[in-house]
Amino acid sequence: MSDLLSGMSQAFWMLLTLDADLVEITLRSLRVTLTALVIASVVALPLGALLAVRRFRARRLTIAMLNALMGLPPVVVGLVVYVFLSRSGPLGVMGLLFTPTAMVIAQVIIIVPLIASIAHQALRELWSDYHDLLISLNTTQFQRVQALIWDGRRALLTAALAGFGRAIGEVGAIMVVGGNIDHHTRVLTTAIALETGKGDFALALGLGFVLIFMAIAVNLAIHVIGRTEREGRW
Amino acid sequence: MVSNLFPVVLSGATLRRGQKALIGPVDLTLQADGVTVVIGPNGAGKTSFLRMLHGIARLGAGSITWSCDPLEARQKQAFVFQHPVMMRRSVLGNLIYPLRLAKMARPKARALAIKAAQDIGLGDALDRPAPFLSGGERQKLALARALITKPDLLFLDEPCASLDGRATREIEEILTRAATAGTRLIMSTHDMGQARRLATETLFLLNGNIHEYGPASTFFERPKTAQACAFLKGDIVE
Ligand SMILES: Nc1ncnc2c1ncn2[C@@H]1O[C@H](COP(=O)(O)OP(=O)(O)OP(=O)(O)O)[C@@H](O)[C@H]1O
Ligand SMILES: [Mg+2]
Repeated sequence: MSDLLSGMSQAFWMLLTLDADLVEITLRSLRVTLTALVIASVVALPLGALLAVRRFRARRLTIAMLNALMGLPPVVVGLVVYVFLSRSGPLGVMGLLFTPTAMVIAQVIIIVPLIASIAHQALRELWSDYHDLLISLNTTQFQRVQALIWDGRRALLTAALAGFGRAIGEVGAIMVVGGNIDHHTRVLTTAIALETGKGDFALALGLGFVLIFMAIAVNLAIHVIGRTEREGRW
Repeated sequence: MVSNLFPVVLSGATLRRGQKALIGPVDLTLQADGVTVVIGPNGAGKTSFLRMLHGIARLGAGSITWSCDPLEARQKQAFVFQHPVMMRRSVLGNLIYPLRLAKMARPKARALAIKAAQDIGLGDALDRPAPFLSGGERQKLALARALITKPDLLFLDEPCASLDGRATREIEEILTRAATAGTRLIMSTHDMGQARRLATETLFLLNGNIHEYGPASTFFERPKTAQACAFLKGDIVE
């Protein structure tokens, strides 16, 4: 118990003094996750919109695939990415295993289905509102996707935030493909796992506080966006 | 200016939902001038007929032939829906959208949109989100948005349903102005007063078929069929 208490006070102290390790790890986490988020959004948002406006043959299959992928345990995604990137794997020559890039790849695979699926849900509703008008105005498929993404941007921001929350808190996949190497691929979640295992609670708790803080901030942001949407403030 | 869309010829045009024919088969030729008012009891197929003619409901059989290229024909038409669709944008954003689709430069589109908003009395509401307008304001905005690209042909599906007398009069004024400027109007309504005020020709629909079609004055004075008589008297039409 006293271990925990002293760990707790040390953790606060590290936060207050902006401990070098803590800051370094936090920034790396943010860099990896934000990169993954941008890439995933560029793929997933138009995909969600396209699934809403277009009735192509593979549409049901794609939606079912997205839902299945969403339930996939991240550590399995990590394993698959590992196999592809390992020295003897198909992409082994690129030497990406145990780099931040590998972690970004894994996170993108994990959050694309989540973001696309939430985006699709939201935009499907918007499309049923817009359907008659946009058809009547003779819009192209591309213009429809554009209009949905622009007018549904609040809902899409919520989808992206959900993706951020999932990615920043993920540990299994990035542990496998990143390797939790000090000063290189160590991020918030993998560091917490390691420090807790070592019984060094101070850093683990400090990093844990950072994660909790981010989770709260993300959910607050989602809440605020939802409210401005309902009250119609543009 | 007489539009090159007309005459439009419908031959055997049919709209199906499953096995059931919602509309038709319809054989009809519409000429270039006038205001056509489509009337008939609830569920007669007024909305479906307008959507079929505009081309947003796919034909099950038959054909609709415009006097120009079909794509050009579509670009010269606009539609105001029974329940107006408000894009989740400002009033100005809603008015600018069709102009931007037509590749008009932004400053010019903006200027035109501001003018259009002022014309319908929404000059003070340019930045208000359109989905939060009142019913009458939405209806006027939808109408202004449809007219802003100066279509040759405008469809209106009960443009004044659930509006009060004043809003109805404002909308009728806008419609009369558009018609005078050469826009061909095809509209449905349940308001026989409005039909009498605006129509030059009437199209009486019953069970998805055209029951009577002809000049408005003849129709209102001496309807040819018993059903039209009953409908005009306000009886229930079987
Ligand atoms: N998508 C659809 N699926 C099945 N039936 C439909 C569909 N659209 C219309 N109908 C049916 O076709 C008939 C005509 O409908 P329509 O909306 O055209 O009537 P309307 O004359 O516009 O009626 P109202 O005066 O109430 O607006 C109705 O019986 C309606 O239930
Ligand atoms: Mg109708």
